[in-house]
Amino acid sequence: MSEVTPRVGDPVITPALVAEHGLTKAEYERLVAMLGRTPTFTELGVVSALWSEHCSYKHSRPVLKTLPTTAPYVLQGPGENAGVISIGDGLAVAFKIESHNHPSAVEPYQGAATGVGGILRDVFTMGARPIAMLNSLRFGTLDDSRVRYLFSGVVKGIGDYGNCVGIPTVAGEIVFDPAYENNPLVNAMCVGLMHEEDLIRAKAEGVGNPIMAVGARTGRDGIHGASFASEDLSEASDAKRPRIQVGDPFTEKLLLEASLELIKSGHIVAIQDMGAAGLTSSSAEMAERGAVGVTIDVTKVPTRESGMTPYEILLSESQERMLVVAKKGHEDDVRAILNKWDLTAAVIGEVIAEPVYRVTEGSKVVAEFPGSRLVTDCPTYSPDARESSDIIELRSTDPNAIAPRAEEKDHVWTLERLLSSPTIASRAWAYRQYDSTVRTNTVVGPGGDAAVLRVRGTNKAIAVKTDCNGRYVYLEPRVGGRIAVAEAARNVACTGARPLAITNCLNFGNPTRPEVFYQFKEAVAGMGEACRALGTPVTGGNVSLYNESPAGAVYPTPVIGMIGLVDDISRITPATFQHDGDAILLLGEMGDELGGSEYLATIHGKVIGAPPRCDPAREKIVVDALLSAIEAGVVSSAHDCSDGGLAVALAECCIANRECESGAEIDLSGYSSLTDRGILFGETQGRIVLSSSAPERVLAIAKAAGVPCAQIGRVRRHSESLDITLPKSAVRNPLSVLRRAYHSTIPAIMSRTVEHANFDELSPVAAH
Amino acid sequence: MKFGIVTFPGSNCDYDAFHAVTEILGEEATYIWHKDHDLQGSDVIILPGGFSYGDYLRAGAIARFSPIMQEVVAHAKSGGPVLGICNGFQIACEAGLLPGALMRNSHLQFVSAEVRIRVENAETLFTNLYERGELLRIPVAHGDGRFVATPEVLDQLEGDGRVIFKYADADGNLSADANPNGSERNIAGIISESGNVLGLMPHPERACSALLGSSDGVRLLESILSRVAA
Repeated sequence: MSEVTPRVGDPVITPALVAEHGLTKAEYERLVAMLGRTPTFTELGVVSALWSEHCSYKHSRPVLKTLPTTAPYVLQGPGENAGVISIGDGLAVAFKIESHNHPSAVEPYQGAATGVGGILRDVFTMGARPIAMLNSLRFGTLDDSRVRYLFSGVVKGIGDYGNCVGIPTVAGEIVFDPAYENNPLVNAMCVGLMHEEDLIRAKAEGVGNPIMAVGARTGRDGIHGASFASEDLSEASDAKRPRIQVGDPFTEKLLLEASLELIKSGHIVAIQDMGAAGLTSSSAEMAERGAVGVTIDVTKVPTRESGMTPYEILLSESQERMLVVAKKGHEDDVRAILNKWDLTAAVIGEVIAEPVYRVTEGSKVVAEFPGSRLVTDCPTYSPDARESSDIIELRSTDPNAIAPRAEEKDHVWTLERLLSSPTIASRAWAYRQYDSTVRTNTVVGPGGDAAVLRVRGTNKAIAVKTDCNGRYVYLEPRVGGRIAVAEAARNVACTGARPLAITNCLNFGNPTRPEVFYQFKEAVAGMGEACRALGTPVTGGNVSLYNESPAGAVYPTPVIGMIGLVDDISRITPATFQHDGDAILLLGEMGDELGGSEYLATIHGKVIGAPPRCDPAREKIVVDALLSAIEAGVVSSAHDCSDGGLAVALAECCIANRECESGAEIDLSGYSSLTDRGILFGETQGRIVLSSSAPERVLAIAKAAGVPCAQIGRVRRHSESLDITLPKSAVRNPLSVLRRAYHSTIPAIMSRTVEHANFDELSPVAAH
Repeated sequence: MKFGIVTFPGSNCDYDAFHAVTEILGEEATYIWHKDHDLQGSDVIILPGGFSYGDYLRAGAIARFSPIMQEVVAHAKSGGPVLGICNGFQIACEAGLLPGALMRNSHLQFVSAEVRIRVENAETLFTNLYERGELLRIPVAHGDGRFVATPEVLDQLEGDGRVIFKYADADGNLSADANPNGSERNIAGIISESGNVLGLMPHPERACSALLGSSDGVRLLESILSRVAA
């Protein structure tokens, strides 16, 4: 160990400074015990970042360990930059989802843009070429002008970044609910494709190998971003705007190409994104994985400005940077590849045998930690978990006791309201701003149940989707956790893909509050149950806690990013009705569960009742039956029944695709034990709306699988209405009404105030 | 026939053009690095889509100074075919190979959608396998696609039959609703005076497979083949 003394000019360590760095007294004492002395300012900064919730998972790790993570085709589970699964033919898919909630709440454009940039790097550092981006977004209600500002800023940030890098943005979800008013959720997912032999891990190896910083230079932006993401949002959050990183997608595109070339070249042994907590976390984590020591000289790091302190260089979250462990003697080869792409590469340290994490400023040691204890000594917590009695009460309220509004006599009125709920209405306003067709693999783009991308050189395709209904998780976390996984699986299966694996982004409130930690534990337990039943292990993801504003926590929102595989591209199935005269079938049980429904929220302004039941084993059988029918070639279209229930699902099958609209005749008069509104708008799980020209074969397949299935109507391509006969009433929904509600709502709202001029354009000056 | 596809820093449709040429046409294609001065014996040059130099300063404004552009301009001046798609169209305008300019979309948003374009002239190097008036389904994806020029230039382009594609609705009408970016006179693509440089905002290389939604772009590439080979 070296002698480490305070650097001239650095602040003196005081209890106030420790508290400002987000360390508890016990954590600080742990640090002092580890070092055997008072830490330097640099060391305090390093530890505050690495032991932040965002980097350390200190509250979530013990719970996450309960999730299933293995399957024969999982090549890389949790703990790396991204998970990797094999899809056969020597090919593999790398994928991961990550949150950028806090930055986006303060600075929506840059927050969302850099979220996209970060997740792209996580995927291409595994050796995979990104092939698709997805986004899972949550906002308050669009009546609020600040929400419209956040929504349009986030969408523009996602679009500008992904479009410029040239990766199609193909799917996702957008939900609007007052629960996200001051704390939007911005989760970005990236999917990449690679040859299995190109898989590379972020594990420092080989004593004497040089450590290189490549890509953009290090500036003063984003310092302490990781710590910022690990505290509640407050009035003061706006003042932390300088902690938000600034993105440059052009540099990212160059870095992507250079990195993939570097990985192919064989000149390097490891590569990792300098993401949250920048150089600090990337170097410490690579050393820990490789069980080696590292030494880094901050004076060798290429910086954007002079006079940066070791503290600033270590904690900067400047974007578009990578840390690389090169093979000794290959430094010039690495430089040549980076220079070709007009990027810099500099040797800043080396892998050493001494078990130590050491940072120097020239010859002076400014930080030093024993072994990998910087990473491994971070405490974990298992706080109290207790369900809120308020939520128990909400859940036990009977939704059927809510009297229908007078207008509901006319079901067209209700369906029109639901289709124009921004959570259900077409999101084309947003996804028209995303290039979804670049790289020419997109078979099914935004707007379908899941996106589907062909895999060149094979007969296969990959289906991808994100899902989560936070309202269900709020009302009953375990059930909501199950449903998030099950719905994602159904969505992927509707396109004809077998669900394979998930990544997750767990967005919750402050874990030190027992009612929040209860939600977290229970939701993860429910997810685990569904993942086991569906055979879809978790290969990684991200936890975002402290999603709270003074108004309270967001709905617990464990977003699931699902990957599925289509074995035969000719079986890719659309969501909407295709052929006149096709039979319409409901695969799964008819039900009328209104608890936690979009109907109650939109029509009655109530979030009550138990969410619909979800039996993961049944979900698995439904998915299998659906896939059998698709493989048999007897399914013309398949659409998941979710928000808004059967009525909304049928309406979407009729009008969601403007190039291929249909009417339909539906007869549900036989379900007389159920209420009309429950049949129309209940959100019973495990259900798919199918159309088929061979209904008897679908029925036989369902019967053999033990899944209820009924023919409920016919597609009428030339009809201008969706007619539904119910046990106690009949409704004739003109397509013109449904079409207007579904397609015009969001554009109409957003045309009120789209303040383009407010968004900072990405700055070219930041590039080099 | 050999197609040379120029890769500028920030090009991101070079790969799509490469695959359209090799997989769909079954012709030879090569990537040409922007810092080089060698067209590698290419018969046809494609300036692909993307965000060359991040669209910084102005779309295409920096790429026109890339070293390879000297050779590309010389190739065009000597009658060699040049196809500029999206950012490639912007670069071709900046380089003076085509008149007019591409400005920010009138609604100020990026637009990614499948649109229809009407073939206005089917007698060119790039359109001889289409029918005049034919409607093509084809993706657009751009933030700066609003074609502008002075009224005199527009009149001349139209008079000379150099407006090759116009945005149209499903019935072939040149309506404002069918115009995704506010281009003057719904113009989607134009050709040089000598007929060997085509620039268009829509992406024919993305419309080369029914699986992906449309194969209407294939004949554009095949047209070049039939004419140059003959």
